[in-house]
Amino acid sequence: MALILNEEQQLLKESADGFFAEKAPISQLRELRDSRSETGFSEALWNEMAEMGFAGLLVDEDNGGTDFGVMGAGIVAEAMGRTLSASPYLASGVISASVIKAAASDAQKANLLPAIASGEKIIALAIDENAHHRPESTALKATADGDGYVLSGMKTFVCDGHVADAYLVLARTSGAPGDTSGLSVFLVEKGAGGLIVDRTVMTDSRNWAKLTFEGVRVGADALVGPLDGAFDAIEPALDRARIIVAAELLGIAQECLDRTVEYLRERKQFGTVIGSFQGLQHRASHLFSEIEVTRSAVLKAMQAADTGGDVRWFASLAKAKACKTAELATNEAIQMHGGIGMTDEFDIGFFIKRARILQTFLGDFNYHADRFAACSSY
Amino acid sequence: MTDLETFRSETRAWLEENCPASMRTPMRGDDDACWGGRKFKFASDDQKTWLDRMASRGWTVPTWPTEYGGGGLSKDEAKILAAEMRRIKARSPLTSFGIWMLGPALLKFGTHEQKLEHLPKIARGEIRWCQGYSEPNAGSDLASLATKAEDQGDHWIVNGQKVWTSYADQADWIFCLVRTDNTGTKHHGISFVLFDMESEGVSTKPIKLISGNSPFCETFFDDVKVLKSNLVGEENKGWTIAKYLLTHERTGISDMGMPTPLNMLAKDKLGTNEDGKLPESMLRHQIAEHEIDAASFVFTLERAKDEAKAGGDMGAFSSMLKYYGTELNKQRHELIVKTNGSDGLEWEGQYSNEGDIARSWLRTKANSIEGGTSEVQLNIISKRILDLPA
Ligand SMILES: Cc1cc2nc3c(=O)[nH]c(=O)nc-3n(C[C@H](O)[C@H](O)[C@H](O)COP(=O)(O)OP(=O)(O)OC[C@H]3O[C@@H](n4cnc5c(N)ncnc54)[C@H](O)[C@@H]3O)c2cc1C
Repeated sequence: MALILNEEQQLLKESADGFFAEKAPISQLRELRDSRSETGFSEALWNEMAEMGFAGLLVDEDNGGTDFGVMGAGIVAEAMGRTLSASPYLASGVISASVIKAAASDAQKANLLPAIASGEKIIALAIDENAHHRPESTALKATADGDGYVLSGMKTFVCDGHVADAYLVLARTSGAPGDTSGLSVFLVEKGAGGLIVDRTVMTDSRNWAKLTFEGVRVGADALVGPLDGAFDAIEPALDRARIIVAAELLGIAQECLDRTVEYLRERKQFGTVIGSFQGLQHRASHLFSEIEVTRSAVLKAMQAADTGGDVRWFASLAKAKACKTAELATNEAIQMHGGIGMTDEFDIGFFIKRARILQTFLGDFNYHADRFAACSSY
Repeated sequence: MTDLETFRSETRAWLEENCPASMRTPMRGDDDACWGGRKFKFASDDQKTWLDRMASRGWTVPTWPTEYGGGGLSKDEAKILAAEMRRIKARSPLTSFGIWMLGPALLKFGTHEQKLEHLPKIARGEIRWCQGYSEPNAGSDLASLATKAEDQGDHWIVNGQKVWTSYADQADWIFCLVRTDNTGTKHHGISFVLFDMESEGVSTKPIKLISGNSPFCETFFDDVKVLKSNLVGEENKGWTIAKYLLTHERTGISDMGMPTPLNMLAKDKLGTNEDGKLPESMLRHQIAEHEIDAASFVFTLERAKDEAKAGGDMGAFSSMLKYYGTELNKQRHELIVKTNGSDGLEWEGQYSNEGDIARSWLRTKANSIEGGTSEVQLNIISKRILDLPA
């Protein structure tokens, strides 16, 4: 398969780029932040995204989706990285849709996927429990009780946690924290007795939450996927999500470069545009090179995910590389803008704030570099 | 079966039958490469057999037209051939500046007669070429070159000096930039000419590298006669051809093939802990970081080829590939030396295969100089891709 976008994907890219630039530019995120918006995203935008088919890119057509695969979902994520458009796309359309597709029963799929694709229902994955992503360290307990389970423990860094209508919760049903076996996923509805949701305000001004489970009771039908076997069952879904996060990071890096280069062409010092200084030219050109190389890793990973097979190596490659490049791009962007780059009024600072969140989310550079090595047995 | 699938299975069968076993082992450095040419001594009968068999099918230059000694393959077929060769770890049958530099330039700018005369000999490895670009006072600023060609009607008389001419002492012919006019800007008045290194007045003097080898020379021209029929393209307009050739040279330098991953070299040298990990955790980290970049770069070469195939213009993108690929290769060899510790710094003796690791490491330092330095590539990216002012 050629490592370029096909015609259909090219069209999707153009429509996504145009859509977010027009409907949800950075000014929208700024407005949401400054008004301390309750929801943290525009519901009107989310409805329009659903109409465009963006909420169901990973959902098959039988369940109301557009079935564009990881390639399509990554293309749209990259567009959102360029505009920092806020929506539950990542939480619901990407992560939860992938987990449900990978692990849920047909009945659960038929029940949940159409609601995700139409944007009607926002589902969030509650996975991390401490400051570092490490799914196997899950301690939140689900104890069998009658014909159901009782969940006790806490979750943090839950993407779109405070606006979700339901949660996919990774819980320990046997074994001890650190074991990859003994994990299971449960679907918990918003408002369940004993579930406390605290919104956490993070650097990116987007939606994150901590959840506390104080003996939350769910039925036996709340189990999604195999009992005790969730780690393996959802790993491919997490990897798809990681690849798509890498695509958003790529969009952020590219946008930082483009804005910086434009500034280099305009800003004058010492009687000439600063873009004529070789010290800056070389930094910009180096960044360009890193972004191009990152683009290839992300593209390859997206293709691999849609082709099937083991994608762990590809996902860790793409996420690690995108983390590193986004870090470089956001730092360089501020430095090359000088003082104005540090002002809140200027948009460039929004990118670094979102980038660090995404770099941390679902495993940072170190996590994925280590996993990349482990995949090649060293 | 589609045509391509048929092509794949036939190619696989042919390679299986025709590639000698010794040509399926990794090359241990430049000495194992087959360079061809009038002066070349084959390292083994297998090396010669492999070259002749591949050349008979035009597969030393798979995509060149058959009338010029090529295989006439489509880019898709060539990709399959390359993949099938990789599959059996077949060595490249012929390494040559003629193939990766001069050939593409002649195909684009040469006359039919010039192509007929030179390309088949390149394809069969009969004539070895060298590149006469750099001069003592024209390195990064190549267009300031001064080697002079005086018009004598049907020929020129060339006088001047080139430097860093790789393998000039072993080459049969040279593609050379000469100044045929010095009245205009420095980019005007350069002509791209070809001549035999055995012409009267050509002499070479090897220069020894820090790696201990002397693969390149000073090259002197003292009243050398060059026929005008050996001018490629138009007189005084050789700069365009020179630059086009450089994009091929740069893409070529950037493509290190698929070298053995560092983690495998490190495991061979250091073994692993009980958990299967390399014993030196900081080295493991550095290797992983490097291999992430290296894999991403391999996919970038793949993407660049696919984009070119789809009609995209490589142009200055080759500067990015050259910059990234060569910096990566330098880093790779730094890590190989680190992995091998003091063993990696042996200079002579049988344990180290005559200092192979150290010498290879030092040779890579030239990667970011030859073909235009890293700084020059970054200048090109700034100007041609990012559109920043000079
Ligand atoms: C192993 C090897 C093989 C070679 N083979 C050939 C060959 O076969 N044929 C041939 O013609 N040439 C060959 N070369 C020559 C090569 O192309 C030149 O060495 C190269 O172009 C640099 O020129 P220079 O050595 O004069 O360095 P200089 O141009 O003097 O550069 C010195 C330093 O200054 C920097 N610099 C120069 N100009 C700028 C600028 N504008 N901005 C920023 N930095 C700048 C350079 O990047 C470098 O770091 C070879 C070189 C090597 C090392």
